[in-house]
Amino acid sequence: MQIMTAFIAGLIFGLGLILSGMTNPAKITGFLDVFGNWDPSLALVMIGALIVAATSFQLIKKNKRSFFGQPINLPAGTHIDHKLVIGSLIFGVGWGLAGYCPGPSLTSVLQGGYKPLVFVVSMIAGMGVFEIFRQLK
Amino acid sequence: MNIDWTSFMIWTSLIGGLLIGLAATLLLYFNGRIAGVSGIVGGLLRPTKGDIGWRAAFISGLMISSFVYMIANPLPVPTVDADITTLIIAGLMVGFGTRYGSGCTSGHGICGLSRGSLRSFVATVSFIGAGVLTVYFVKHLIG
Repeated sequence: MQIMTAFIAGLIFGLGLILSGMTNPAKITGFLDVFGNWDPSLALVMIGALIVAATSFQLIKKNKRSFFGQPINLPAGTHIDHKLVIGSLIFGVGWGLAGYCPGPSLTSVLQGGYKPLVFVVSMIAGMGVFEIFRQLK
Repeated sequence: MNIDWTSFMIWTSLIGGLLIGLAATLLLYFNGRIAGVSGIVGGLLRPTKGDIGWRAAFISGLMISSFVYMIANPLPVPTVDADITTLIIAGLMVGFGTRYGSGCTSGHGICGLSRGSLRSFVATVSFIGAGVLTVYFVKHLIG
């Protein structure tokens, strides 16, 4: 059952990304292009998602366990460190270069031609580099 | 600043956002997990027993959503300006950066901000800021 609910969550997430146009990299770079022709769509996508999630998370947080009895895994860290900032800056540069972030690239990977596939393979390689980097430290 | 009204889709953006919020709600309510895509994928590179299925299922849902969308509507046609070399560099940066910074647009930008996390706020400002500067550089300085 938990596999099913995770699958349905992924499916709805992907449908939201496609409907809102977020699987089109030109809409992402259009949002980031605040000094040119600015497309505010992404801001509205975030507002829509935040309205729902901010409300529901408040209610779910009160539960000790998930519906299927799993612990509610919320990140506990509050410390702002260099990893958070440097990692996010590196991500932001890549995001601006390609117009893809992890969710939309995976949503596009089976039907978007070879470009999202090239991005996704590189992204997974980048995550692999991180795993090696972490073990070296 | 000049708003691009031909590209700006108010209602589909908002409804798409509501769906994403619903998906994040379902994953937290039923599975007790944050819908952060980079974290879900990254966790598969360090697999632990009993922690693989839900991750694979969520990612499968994402990948299959385009086929479900097509039942009702034609898929929007994407425009990818980046060439292959740029996509490879960008992919490596997105993969490494999201793991080093513990999250991406979904994990920090949606789930983290929903929880009122200061860490996620700092991360979101950082990646949007870096993205804005990158696009400015690519489109207006060298483009």
